[in-house]
Amino acid sequence: MAKSLGRRVMLALAAPVLAVAFAVAMSSIVLALSGSSPITAYIDMFDHARKLETMIDIGNRFTPLYISGVAAAIGFRMNLFNIGVEGQYLLATLFAAAAGGAVNLPPVLHIGLILIVAMTVGAAYSGVAGVLKVTRGVNEVISTIMLNVIAISGLVAWLVREWQAGGGVNASGGNAGVGTEPIPESGLMPNLNGFVEIFTREIKQGKKLTGVLVIALLVGIGYHVLVNRTRFGFDLRASGMNPFAAQAGGVPPKRMVVTAMVLSGAAAGLVGMSTLMDQGRYSPNFVRGLGFAGIGVTLLGRNHPVGIAIGALLFAFLDVSAGILQISGSASREIVVIMQGIILIAAVVAYEVVNRFRQREEAKDAAAALQSVPPAGIEVSA
Amino acid sequence: MRKQLLVLLSTLLAFALIAAACGSDGGDDSATTDDGAASDGEATDDAMAEDDAMAEDDAMAEDDAMAEDGASHSDATVGLVYDIGGRGDQSFNDSAAAGIERAKSELGVDFTEASPNDDGSNRAELLQLQAGANPLVIAVGFLFADDAANVAAENPDINFAVIDDGMMNFDVDPPAPRADNAAGLTFAEEQGSYLVGAAAALKSETGKIGFIGGVCCFGLIEKFEAGYIAGAKSVNPDIEIVSEYITEFPDFDGFNAPDRAKEIAAAMYDGGADIIYHAAGGAGAGMFEAAKEYSEADGNSKVWGIGVDSDQYNTVDPGVQEYVLTSMLKRVDNAVFEIIKAQTDGTFSAGQVVYDLSVDGVGYSTSGGFVDDITDKLDELKAQIIAGDIVVPTDPAEA
Repeated sequence: MAKSLGRRVMLALAAPVLAVAFAVAMSSIVLALSGSSPITAYIDMFDHARKLETMIDIGNRFTPLYISGVAAAIGFRMNLFNIGVEGQYLLATLFAAAAGGAVNLPPVLHIGLILIVAMTVGAAYSGVAGVLKVTRGVNEVISTIMLNVIAISGLVAWLVREWQAGGGVNASGGNAGVGTEPIPESGLMPNLNGFVEIFTREIKQGKKLTGVLVIALLVGIGYHVLVNRTRFGFDLRASGMNPFAAQAGGVPPKRMVVTAMVLSGAAAGLVGMSTLMDQGRYSPNFVRGLGFAGIGVTLLGRNHPVGIAIGALLFAFLDVSAGILQISGSASREIVVIMQGIILIAAVVAYEVVNRFRQREEAKDAAAALQSVPPAGIEVSA
Repeated sequence: MRKQLLVLLSTLLAFALIAAACGSDGGDDSATTDDGAASDGEATDDAMAEDDAMAEDDAMAEDDAMAEDGASHSDATVGLVYDIGGRGDQSFNDSAAAGIERAKSELGVDFTEASPNDDGSNRAELLQLQAGANPLVIAVGFLFADDAANVAAENPDINFAVIDDGMMNFDVDPPAPRADNAAGLTFAEEQGSYLVGAAAALKSETGKIGFIGGVCCFGLIEKFEAGYIAGAKSVNPDIEIVSEYITEFPDFDGFNAPDRAKEIAAAMYDGGADIIYHAAGGAGAGMFEAAKEYSEADGNSKVWGIGVDSDQYNTVDPGVQEYVLTSMLKRVDNAVFEIIKAQTDGTFSAGQVVYDLSVDGVGYSTSGGFVDDITDKLDELKAQIIAGDIVVPTDPAEA
């Protein structure tokens, strides 16, 4: 028993350790081939990351990546490939920004309104893909890709101009620093600098740790409880593993699809909140690509709430390292993207290899157990 | 099992090697574009023959300055932050790179450069990192405006400069700089466009010319259109001008859609326009292709395109070179060089600096020699603009 427990722990750790070791080795080769010293690059990255201000940057990057990862994971648990997080979060953020800028409420209510609008819009837009799937059999991959285009190049592009603050674009000095009506102070979540400074020192350089980090952690906990501790979560996982068996067991498949898409979209709606709370408005050059980044983070984290957090942290660390690598001259910016790609491939492959190894071991154990203890019936007949 | 593992690992190795090859390719690219940018600078220097004397004076003055306090120059460093894409875009970023290379060779300043992640999420981080290492930080592109104002406030001892944004607060009267240590370097694009507009009207045989803008309705590209129309009408009041924009703000894809620029240009050429000016960044390549295709078709006479920002005669595909009538030059390299010079001279000042015709911030190119017969007329107009006799409008409705 003790032996099998030890082996299980080792097998569980084998995949991530293997993936990281492989990724580091590959990245070193790539760095060396591109004419940089891998050692210098790694030292620069870690020295930079040890600074408190850099940790704030990593935390601010972690927040949207983690929420985006969880949003994608909710669908993945049911074998629904929601690629639409990208369009869902941009549309949701724009609506939330417009709603937040249009009203003046007491702080808690104001923030609550913005978050609820974001989640509602994200859920509704994602729900469209769910409804299309159950009523018309449209594959969610196709529909969410198309809905992304409609949201980003259509609705957002049109509405951001309709809702332009001041009724027009300020052309003086070629300024594109424009966007929706600014959200009043009461609608912006306070930053966590005061909390962090209790344990560390004063945060310099004007860096602010986003308060949305708390929401990200709540989303992670909520995801864990929902999937592992509720009847709905059980149905969700059952439908994901075998929809027919789940249906036979009384799980309504159509309702599960729509609910999963709606929940995934609600989480997606929160992806843009940290940037929105920081900038105070939706500007035309609002950060894009977080929805797609989240899919990578989820693949790395194997849909597990803690795994996604580790994946998001790793990607945030690499993203933030892009700056120091260029400015210290130790490597080019592209190396970060290459590293992220290698880590993703390595993780997917390592899990597959370890999984096969485990299956083979289990089969071997079972065969050995059968041989050493012959069935009682055989003894009697002999 | 072991065999499968080997296959997998070797596949991954192959992937990584391909990735590495791409990475080093990128390096090669930037190296070659360095050369391109340098030759670009030479070509435009040639183009502005009458400015050579001035440039030499400048160079001499700089030499003097270097002789006086050569020691301090080695301490001066500059942090340059490009916009997404970085070096190698054959346009804006490369022009800035040419300026800093010139500052390095003439003023002896060292520099570090960086460009943001693909989603632009780390602009403020890069500015802050550069501010930690350099007394002067230059941000290439108006998208840096807000971040630069914030980072400048946090680093009062460091100077900042933003290309293409005035860095002015227009909410107060009179307008004041957004930060005491931030300069905004903008260009009088309408003046340069006025000159190429006049060139188009002088050269047009059909009496009809066109304009293609990359992205409308955010206030920048309209300046090009207004100057172009006003310039064309100044030499031929009856000229017919067709204008079209590829996309509308906030969809910035128009600056990178050569296929759509090609369609629009082809329609304009078919409609009788024989010269088109584009202010559409990378999309302009499509316009030159359309000019080539139209000109080579049976029974058609030759049509022209006018380039923008850099001397496109030197940057376009060699096959379409002969269709580049001239280019409206936006001398980002000069602006970068001048602000570095101001920093080393101790004359840096906050607020908006407009680079117009009088300081060669904008202009037109003569590469290819297609406008040699009208340079007298264009230089006459240029002198009138510098003297203030001609005031170029910035709104197409007033042109």
